[in-house]
Amino acid sequence: MTEANWPLFEVFIRSRGGMSHRHVGSLHAVDAEMALQNARDVYTRRGEGLSIWVVPSGAIKASDPGDKDMLFEPANSKIYRHPTFYEVPEDVGNM
Amino acid sequence: MYTQGLNTHETQGTSPVDTEREARFQARIDADEKIEPNDWMPAAYRRTLVRQISQHAHSEIVGMLPEGNWITRAPTLRRKAALLAKVQDEGGHGLYLYAAAETLDVTREELVEQLLTGKAKYSSIFNYPTLTWADIGAIGWLVDGAAIMNQIPLCRCSFGPYARAMIRICKEESFHQRQGYEIISTLARGTPEQKAMAQDALDRWWWPSLMMFGPSDKESQHSDTSMRWKIKRFSNDDLRQKFIDATVPQGHALGLVFPDAQLKWNEETKNFDFGPIDWEEFRQVVSGNGPCSRDRMRTRRKAHAEGAWVREAALAHAAKRRSRDAAAKLAAE
Ligand SMILES: [Fe+2]
Ligand SMILES: [Fe+2]
Ligand SMILES: [Fe+2]
Repeated sequence: MTEANWPLFEVFIRSRGGMSHRHVGSLHAVDAEMALQNARDVYTRRGEGLSIWVVPSGAIKASDPGDKDMLFEPANSKIYRHPTFYEVPEDVGNM
Repeated sequence: MYTQGLNTHETQGTSPVDTEREARFQARIDADEKIEPNDWMPAAYRRTLVRQISQHAHSEIVGMLPEGNWITRAPTLRRKAALLAKVQDEGGHGLYLYAAAETLDVTREELVEQLLTGKAKYSSIFNYPTLTWADIGAIGWLVDGAAIMNQIPLCRCSFGPYARAMIRICKEESFHQRQGYEIISTLARGTPEQKAMAQDALDRWWWPSLMMFGPSDKESQHSDTSMRWKIKRFSNDDLRQKFIDATVPQGHALGLVFPDAQLKWNEETKNFDFGPIDWEEFRQVVSGNGPCSRDRMRTRRKAHAEGAWVREAALAHAAKRRSRDAAAKLAAE
């Protein structure tokens, strides 16, 4: 096959007002404009969205799953970052 | 984002078996964790998924042909709009699934080529012809019905992108089955000629629909490891039985007769007993000798070849626009 391949785009959709855009999948298109059109046809046939973002897949830098522990483990021991860590006298009520 | 960079390329068979990593992988699966594209996975797991997901994608795409055959001849505007929407959904399903397969380090072009050269298989059911309008009803009711049985457990598949694609697909499938059943029931309650059409469609589609679940558990080669890897959750025979038990009452409710003299409710097992499946027919259809096999492949190849200039022109147009924009930017500076 000598044909050049179409680039890959990641598709993000805002499903309702007030929500953030969420990754829904990917598709191929020659440019961002076509990616938007295709995303509309492929991912919003039943009113799933109010807004679409498309991003060239190559533009996304992902963390390496192998670094998972190094990156995210340290947060587990820092329980003082959560409100439940602190004691408030009962008669003070909700805080 | 899934197809690039972080994946370790594994060539088939040459990678040494890493028992320690494999044990850790299996432990993750056993703990019902999802495997994501950039996670380490055994080469065989990757291969199995590429094969299964791409076959599934090919089936959705080829599956558009038998139904597309009736879009221009749908009896009413309502039926036509529904059929058009259904076939469009199937095209979308193909795309979700190709995208899921592509996260495993294969390109769309490789997958399409495998289909067009006959290297990859697709569901046997789409090699049967749609002779009458009633066949469109039978496909929605039986073929989509069988597909749903198969696909619901796949929503919990261990591979994240496949499971997520299946959730989308299953949401869309239920309308497919209902519109098919509506067509069949309208015919079954119509004139004697219409009822005969519905019966004829059931006669022709029933056995091929049962074959959709694949070979009997006694002969299926991939089942054991697929179960261990939680790619598959139920055996072929279990799913087939579930489908029969759900579908037979739906047919009886319309006064239709299933083309199986041995089909009978078994009070003991609480299942329908059924007659033997013609596995020779299944083997023939799978190996490319179904009634429409050659026609389907010819149609796909023709569409791909005749679309080549569109794909090339779109790329060229995008390149031209990019360079024009760049030139305009330069001039403005
Ligand atoms: Fe389907
Ligand atoms: Fe589908
Ligand atoms: Fe469907």
